[in-house]
Amino acid sequence: MPLMEAKPVKLEDIAKLIDADVLSGEDKLSTLDVCTACGADLMSDVLAFCHERTLLLTGLASPQVVRSAEVAGLSGIVFVRGKKPGEDVLELAEMLGIPLLATDFPMFEACGMLYAAGIGGTYQLSQTDRGSTGNASGETRP
Amino acid sequence: MTCTDEPVLEMEFAVARHDFAAAGEAASRVKQVLRQLGIASHLARRAAVAAYEAEMNLVIHSHGGKIVLRVDSERITLAARDSGPGIPDTELAMREGYSTASDEVREMGFGAGMGLPNIRRCSDCFEIDSTVGRGTTVTAVVNIARPGS
Repeated sequence: MPLMEAKPVKLEDIAKLIDADVLSGEDKLSTLDVCTACGADLMSDVLAFCHERTLLLTGLASPQVVRSAEVAGLSGIVFVRGKKPGEDVLELAEMLGIPLLATDFPMFEACGMLYAAGIGGTYQLSQTDRGSTGNASGETRP
Repeated sequence: MTCTDEPVLEMEFAVARHDFAAAGEAASRVKQVLRQLGIASHLARRAAVAAYEAEMNLVIHSHGGKIVLRVDSERITLAARDSGPGIPDTELAMREGYSTASDEVREMGFGAGMGLPNIRRCSDCFEIDSTVGRGTTVTAVVNIARPGS
């Protein structure tokens, strides 16, 4: 199956597409463009394989998800299947400026809706990058 | 692993055993400091990811330790040092998927045997030195300037 061409989608449109509540980062809804997303519950996979400015969809709601997003330079986090993070997670996200959304859709369906709307994946981006300066992990290596 | 350049900066971050609430603070600080120094964002990101995985390893597995960040004109060096318990088989510990972490750690999205391989993946130079009963030192280097450039 040929890969779709990724196109930027505003965070506010992503929230509408997956019927998500905005828990943090309301100020970025109309300004933040998302081109790629990934779905993962394993933060080591996120750290290893997600590109910068990727939107993370996850079923985990621990503070480590927000830390991972900050360290990896992700654009935001969507909690799927009705997961609601605690106050500690919300405070950390506010402090670090990481937008948080929450949807009742499960991972597969939320990812499918975003993919159908034109959001690309990290593998897709790595294929685009191949031959330029990036590698499959999104890292530029000497 | 030697370095003849004068350090631009050297900082230490203490990491406490099983302090999951604070886990990641050192890595965040590493990234902030590297940004403030004007290090390119993709290099700061690689160093921060390595620092985060090292920090989680200290929190999860060690009796406590520290991360030392050293930056000079050519490289970013991170050294994660702990006072035990040490790793009996470092070759096995480096294998992706091998882990001794608890279910509690897995519920936070870690403990899948990716920590050390991720640190190596982010590094231009990687070393691990461990002695059971004494401790472990993991050293990760991210080059700032390419050789010859």
